[in-house]
Amino acid sequence: MIAAIFDLNGKPGFAHWHFFQMSVPNIIVIVLMLLVFVVALLAPFPGHTRDRGGR
Amino acid sequence: MSTTGGVPEMAPDASTGALDTTGSWTVALRRRLVAVLPPEKLLPDGQPAYVASWIYVFGVLTLTSLVVIIGSGTILALKGPGWWHDSGLGHFFNSIHLWAVELFFFFTVIHLWGKYWMSAWRGGRARVWMTGANSFLVAIPCALTGYISQQNFDAQWISTQAKDAMNAVGIGSFFNLLNFGQIYGYHVFLLPAAVLGLVVAHVLLVRRHGVVPPLPDDLRTLLDDARQGRA
Repeated sequence: MIAAIFDLNGKPGFAHWHFFQMSVPNIIVIVLMLLVFVVALLAPFPGHTRDRGGR
Repeated sequence: MSTTGGVPEMAPDASTGALDTTGSWTVALRRRLVAVLPPEKLLPDGQPAYVASWIYVFGVLTLTSLVVIIGSGTILALKGPGWWHDSGLGHFFNSIHLWAVELFFFFTVIHLWGKYWMSAWRGGRARVWMTGANSFLVAIPCALTGYISQQNFDAQWISTQAKDAMNAVGIGSFFNLLNFGQIYGYHVFLLPAAVLGLVVAHVLLVRRHGVVPPLPDDLRTLLDDARQGRA
């Protein structure tokens, strides 16, 4: 579906800042991983109430 | 099996009918395995309450991706490395294989971050951590050899670049990245077998030691745990 919306066969764009250089697809994946990591820490787990007292 | 007077040592005792299993390596191995990993630990009834968090889900998601990778990779290996170029079904399975690998690394990295920040090597879990970290390290060349098994111009470009990189770090004489047969063997058998072995060891060690609990809320408890060898 995504491949139908975006052309995944084209040349990727690059972010370049001083010594830092990374392709836009790689930046998107890293940002997505960070986002999912934070959501996984904060989002409540279904069917479970958090008990701060117990370990 | 040694014999005494022509009678095997494992013959049933004439009076009790019980087998003498002294010296039986299979019995010794079974007892050792059951002692190390009892069935109730290998296949537990449930998990501790702290496992009910999204951050504990990424290990299973990684395993699920690995199952899809192996399944789709097996089909691609059965049909041959050129199949996906001239067949719609082949292209479909090639895409499944590629995206399962993308998800495998996506989930693995989040799993690794989560376990790193909760110091998952606590409580005698050093080997759990080491098998997990090493399976990630071995999975990287496993995926990269897939890029040079594509049988297209991308594969040619990547293999020549990778060949120069291997030579630059002084390990180019051990394997030839321009040799398709050799690298295909690495990709479909040697490296997946290593990844699978490490993952199986990792999961069995998790079962043995239990899922690592979250870090205590306060620093004093954490330091006390560390002093008493619980962390």
